[in-house]
Amino acid sequence: MNYWPLLGVAAVVAGFAARLNPMLVVVAAGFVSGFAAGLPLADQLALLGKSFVATRAPLLIVLTLPVVGLLEHAGLREHAQRWIAGLYYMSLSLLLICYMALRQILGALGLTSIGGHAQTVRPLIAPMAEAAARKTAPGLDELQRERVRALAAATDNVGLFFGEDIFIAVGAVLLIQTFYTANGIHLEPLSIALWAIPTAIAAFLIHALRIVVFQYGLKRSAEPRA
Amino acid sequence: MIALSYVWWLAALVLGAAAVIDLRARRWANALFWALIAIVFAAGDAILAADKAGNRLPTQLAGAAVVLMALLAGSGLLKRAPAGDGDVAARTASAQRLGHQLFVPALMIPLVTTVLFLAAPYLVAGDWRLFPAGNATVPALALGCCIAVAFALSITRSRPAQALRESSRLLDQLGWAVVLPMLLAALGGVFEATGVGNAVAALIGQLIATDSRLACTIAYGVGMIVFTVIMGNGFAAFPVMTGGIGLPLLIRQHGADPAVVGALGMLTGYCGTLLTPMAANFNIVPAVLLELRDPYGVIRSQALTALLLAATNITLMYFLAFR
Repeated sequence: MNYWPLLGVAAVVAGFAARLNPMLVVVAAGFVSGFAAGLPLADQLALLGKSFVATRAPLLIVLTLPVVGLLEHAGLREHAQRWIAGLYYMSLSLLLICYMALRQILGALGLTSIGGHAQTVRPLIAPMAEAAARKTAPGLDELQRERVRALAAATDNVGLFFGEDIFIAVGAVLLIQTFYTANGIHLEPLSIALWAIPTAIAAFLIHALRIVVFQYGLKRSAEPRA
Repeated sequence: MIALSYVWWLAALVLGAAAVIDLRARRWANALFWALIAIVFAAGDAILAADKAGNRLPTQLAGAAVVLMALLAGSGLLKRAPAGDGDVAARTASAQRLGHQLFVPALMIPLVTTVLFLAAPYLVAGDWRLFPAGNATVPALALGCCIAVAFALSITRSRPAQALRESSRLLDQLGWAVVLPMLLAALGGVFEATGVGNAVAALIGQLIATDSRLACTIAYGVGMIVFTVIMGNGFAAFPVMTGGIGLPLLIRQHGADPAVVGALGMLTGYCGTLLTPMAANFNIVPAVLLELRDPYGVIRSQALTALLLAATNITLMYFLAFR
């Protein structure tokens, strides 16, 4: 076993810890692992290029940018904020917990492309969350605004990750099934997806509790100090 | 038929427009950066085809382009556009005028995509089908975006060029962060090809007491998290950790239920995804999209959820797998 390629992992950790530019860190780490494994430079460039071209899918968010940009230019974020501010029963925790529940339920039905950081969080959920947070803490400062937006993004992640595995045709479930089949164990996708349900419930409860605690913290910070 | 290659060309068009707009504004580094990605996107299928045919020059050039992009990003020459587009008064007035109509195109992207995806098996006429069989998601997303942009143009009474100017503005705001997920996936490929995965699994296998069910369960769960944090992706960690610990120790030696081990192992890996900057499209890109000053702001916000849930998962695995 050649343990030297692990140096690439060390390069990633050191680079991120030193807060160097992630693009540079990642490319450098690739070369560290490549040289440690004894690959010639020409092979490494080909490997890097091929892997890069083969994984173009994450960059498809650029297709949503013309729509999001046009709508932002036309005041979408301002309108979302004004609308939420006018709903008297809407609070930060109600908004985010409902969004998480919706994301989990739709994910469990296989509808994961509803929502996402570029499609829904930036143009809709984050400005709405800020407007809702202002109802609890009218003098929301810059740091608190950042934390509200970060929480909105985190809620999207949690809702997505721990809902989709209940759907039997999702990549993760099929990957598990394929792995076991290759090792001589035959399982139905349904029997795997079933065991994702306890975690989905636990994720919902834990994150919902954290959202409520966050809002309580906002409320405390808004009260005049005695 | 809307083939996958048309979708890549459409994305290359959006990226290429950003390059032209940056070129006109004399932001040379930004123009070069977007032009490089636009070319890689547009030529992607040809590059992969040439590689399959044994001609490695195009893939090597793509690799060199990636290195150049990383150098551009690391040099600080890329200018990040200022957040927002200035004119708050005009936006507020437009928001008042258009009201809830503004929500419609935003919601159209997911809804139209989903409807098209679900309807894909019926959108056929003889041998002709609207979307390629078994691969409808990406073309459906592309068509959904096109329909939504047409609708957005009509309600805001803008010209198509305005849409490309807006996407260019957003791309310059996002900067290199938008390319990072692709690059990390490429690093995952390099790590796999150089044997990093096997080395990690071998190390963890040496460290634990294999005759204890609890030690094996914890080692498997923690291994899934650590490996996911390193690779940025639970999918990459699952075969390595399950092949190294889950299958030989938990399932074969201790008789754990494979369905439970598989489902909860993968979900424990997802907790690692919430913790790592390597999962850039979930953790770093949104920090840039939401204009957070702390690039790790999203990770900080979800870290406690991830840790509590990971502990819950490992506990669940221990009690459910050995019923």
